[in-house]
Order: sequence, then structure tokens, then C-alpha cells
Amino acid sequence: MSERAFTEESFQQFLSDGKLMGSRSKETGEIFVPPRPMCPSTFSMDMEWVELSGKGELAAFTAVYVGPMAMVDAGYDRTNPYCSGIVRLAEGPSISAQILGVDASQPQTIAIGTPLHVTYIERGSDDDARFYLAFAADISD
Amino acid sequence: MSSKKIGRGVAIVGTGMSKFGAFPGKATRDLFVEAFQDLRTSVDKEFDPRDIEALFIGNYSSELFEGQGHTAPIMADWVGLTPRPAVRIEDACASSGVALRQGIMAVASGFHDMVLVGGIEKMNNLPIAEVTEALATAGDVLYEIPAGFTFPGFYAAIASAYMHQYGATPESLMLVAKKNHDNGALNDKAQFNMSLADVMARKIASAEKKGRPIPEWADEMAFLHDDRANPMIAWPLRLFDCSPVTDGATAVLLVSEELAKRFTDDPVYIIGSGQASDSALHDRKKLTSISAANLASQQAYAMAGVTADDVKVAEVHDCFTIAEIIATEDVGFFKPGEGFEAAEEGLTTRYGPKPVNTSGGLKSKGHPVGASGTGQVVEIWKQMRGEAGERQVDRDLDIALTHNVGGTGQTAVVHVYERR
Repeated sequence: MSERAFTEESFQQFLSDGKLMGSRSKETGEIFVPPRPMCPSTFSMDMEWVELSGKGELAAFTAVYVGPMAMVDAGYDRTNPYCSGIVRLAEGPSISAQILGVDASQPQTIAIGTPLHVTYIERGSDDDARFYLAFAADISD
Repeated sequence: MSSKKIGRGVAIVGTGMSKFGAFPGKATRDLFVEAFQDLRTSVDKEFDPRDIEALFIGNYSSELFEGQGHTAPIMADWVGLTPRPAVRIEDACASSGVALRQGIMAVASGFHDMVLVGGIEKMNNLPIAEVTEALATAGDVLYEIPAGFTFPGFYAAIASAYMHQYGATPESLMLVAKKNHDNGALNDKAQFNMSLADVMARKIASAEKKGRPIPEWADEMAFLHDDRANPMIAWPLRLFDCSPVTDGATAVLLVSEELAKRFTDDPVYIIGSGQASDSALHDRKKLTSISAANLASQQAYAMAGVTADDVKVAEVHDCFTIAEIIATEDVGFFKPGEGFEAAEEGLTTRYGPKPVNTSGGLKSKGHPVGASGTGQVVEIWKQMRGEAGERQVDRDLDIALTHNVGGTGQTAVVHVYERR
């Protein structure tokens, strides 16, 4: 795990293993999600992989009614919109992801600050199959 | 960061633009010829285009839209200016604003005395789904686009954060669209040179003609709330919150300050320039402000020796209605969170104390991505010289500003202009 290059390819491999991973600067301790090979504060390449808890909260969002072809292929359209958002992770960094467990057709009911947990969506088949990062609203007990 | 000085002065002595719209059969080179010819008519005194020494052309993606790379020399060739050096500048929707900055640097440094800067984009070759895919490449394709974000989606997410923080509503945004259409109705180069009332009247007339049920909108706000006439694109942004898909070209002629009066007794001087870069939207410290634009404006004001209060008219980057509201805060016209109230109070109409986007903005005039930056300069040139016709701001316009953003603010470039 510690020897993998800090690239999107590695990030994707971890997603397919059900892990949300970032890189951490060994000098400053700052965590970067998605992972970076170089610490932007120190210009150092001394980075290590770190697994994130997967917990976060919704910082901003939209309900998309007119999506790109990949989302149309996934079954979304004007009558079945999806939610994309920015998630602030518990560890500090924020990331873009699809948001599940919210009603994208009633976007006025979606709340900034909603607690979320990471999940993974597999789309495509055979050689095209890949995992997409998503976050789902925590279900309150 | 210390404020740079501009070196020797730079003046605008001519501007031109093609009509903005959808022009089947016209390529970027054809539109650029139109902008160039329009520019030639705008130069007050005699001007030989052969004195132009270099071309700086903004263009987002002629590869994706036209299958054509290496576009700058084609533009040079089509306006008869080979073998002069020609370069394409790309910073997404800020491409031609940044091209302007490159031209300023070339003249201010003494490297060139006269340069042509401009922008081109041809977007209507592709069906809308492919246009959307092409525009998405201005985001982070590794880490933003897989989340399902589209460009309306990004700005809609910004709007969600802004509304949550400051209590603005989708209605605040709609007022920006109404204002910009009111202005664009008076701009014969605008893609949609019609007010919202004009749009409504046309739809009613069309329904009558086709024997369809006649829409009954009490007013513009009712129209903008109609899900069929103004469908949701990415909540909270509807169709009329989004700038259109546009073909167009723009051009600006820059000379050194000491040469300016040879071409016009009424040049527009560029006295400040600022530019900044930033990360993807999810890495920004604040989602309710485009910090690169704020930084760029601070640099431009410092170089110019003026403040936001001195600016009498401005063209800002309203790719979406929320973008205009945030722009007015980022360049210091209003405090953070007060931009939407300013829009609601009419402070940014052409009669208000801070006229913004008298051209119609990107919303009504159109947004040919790579051409929009220098398109803003065309309006500033006309306004400052009293040539804006019915949309003329009736005031002494000594200081003006343009604000041009790439993507969601990964690039921002601001210029300050002076008329003496």
C-alpha cells in the first residue's frame, strides 16, 4: 500500500477495493484527497497513503436534470435527476462526489450539513467497468 | 505580494465583434474576419492593419468544437496578417481576457508597439449533449466530472452554498437575468437581443399561431417560474439562469500610450491588470466566492491606483446568474453576502449607481467561450466613449472594469480602464 504512486490510477484501484484513500505529507501532516504526489506547502515528495474514515458532511450540492452522457447511460434524466455535491470530510479536505440517499427530485429538501458516509458505485461493464466515489446520507435512528 | 507597475502605458484604439449567435456554415475564421472588419471601422483615424506586430487569440477548444487545432495562424492568415507571430491562449472561459493580458505585457514591456488581441469560439457545430461534454473538460476530469458535475451543476452548487450562507433565493438570481436581458435588448450584436417581456410575447405569438394553449404569465417572474418555459437545468439554476451556446469572435487593438493619439483623440487606457489561478471547486476555502477573481481585482486596483468605489461601469462574467452576484462581491462593489440584495435593489441596472453588464452580459449577449473576455472590452470601449446608443450609461465614465473567469474560478483575470 505504501509504495503505490500517488496517482488517480492508484486512487481508482483503492476505490475498487472499497477504500477512500488520500496522501499525507510526512512533514506537515496535511491530508490530500484526492491524493497528491507532492506537498504544495513544502514542495516535498515525502508522502504516505492514509485511509479516510469515509465520514463527512454535505458542503454544497445540486440536483442535475440535464446530465452528461455517462449519467444518461446510468439511467438519469429530467424525470430522474441525480445529486452531485461537495463533501467536507471529517479529516478536513473536501471532495466532489455523487450524493445518494437524498431526494434529488425535491432538492429544496436537501440540507447543507447533512452527515454522509462514503460508498462506491460500479458502472460500466467488462473493460469499461469502474468505481465511482459517492456519499450517502446517514440514516438517522 | 507586491503590486507590479505596468511599465509603459497601453491604450485601446479600436475594438470589434461579430454578431453573437448560432451561424451554421460559419467557422471561427469567418467570425474572426467579421470582428476584425468591425474593429477597423472603430478606429477613428487612419490605420494600416499591417502595423500590427503580433496576434494573441483566446480560444477554449476549437479542437473539440471544430476538430481544428493550431488556430492562431489560421486567424492571422484569414485577416492578412501572416507572417506576424500568432499564438492561441487557453484558460477556458477566461481565454481572451488572458489573451488581453498577454497583449498588454507585450506592449507595456516595449517588445511590441501594436498588437491585435481577441477571441474566437464556434460552439454550434455540435449537438447540445456534445457541447456539454466539451465544456466539462474545463473542470477536473479526474476528480470533479466523475461526480456527475456539469458546468451548470458547479455553479448551482456554488449557489446552494451562497443561498444557505446568506439567505438569497432563486428569485434573487432571476432578477439578474431580467436585468441583463433588458440591457441586451438594446445591443444589436447580442444573441438574444430581447427583453424577457419580448421572449414572453414571442412565445405567446407562437402558441397562438400553432393553435396551442396560450401561456398566461402575469409577469416576468411568473414566466421564470414556469417549469416548461424555464426548465430546471441543475437546481437551483434554470434555463434562464444560464448563458447560451454561442458562436462569436471579438478583437481589440492595443498600442503603446505614446502612439495612441495617432489613432484616436479618445483612447481607452488600460491602467490595471490582475490574474490568478486556483484549484478545483472542492479544494477552495470558500464556496461562496471566487477567490481568484478577488485576488485578480486587488492586483488590478493596486496597479491602477484606484479602488472598487472608483469604478463607474463594469462587465463581469455572468456565465450563470449566481456568477454575476458573486462577481460584484469579489471585485469589491458590495460586501460578501450583499451582492444579491444589491441586485434586488436595482443597484446594478444601467440607471443604478453601479451599472453591471450593460452589454446584456453573457446571459443575453451570448458566451462564445474563448471570445467573451475581449467581448467585455468592446462594451467598455463603447460605454467610455459614449457610443453605447440606447444602453449608454448617462454619466462620466472615467474608470471601468472587466472581470473574466475560467471554469469555476480556476482562472480569473481583471482589467481596469481609464478615460482621460
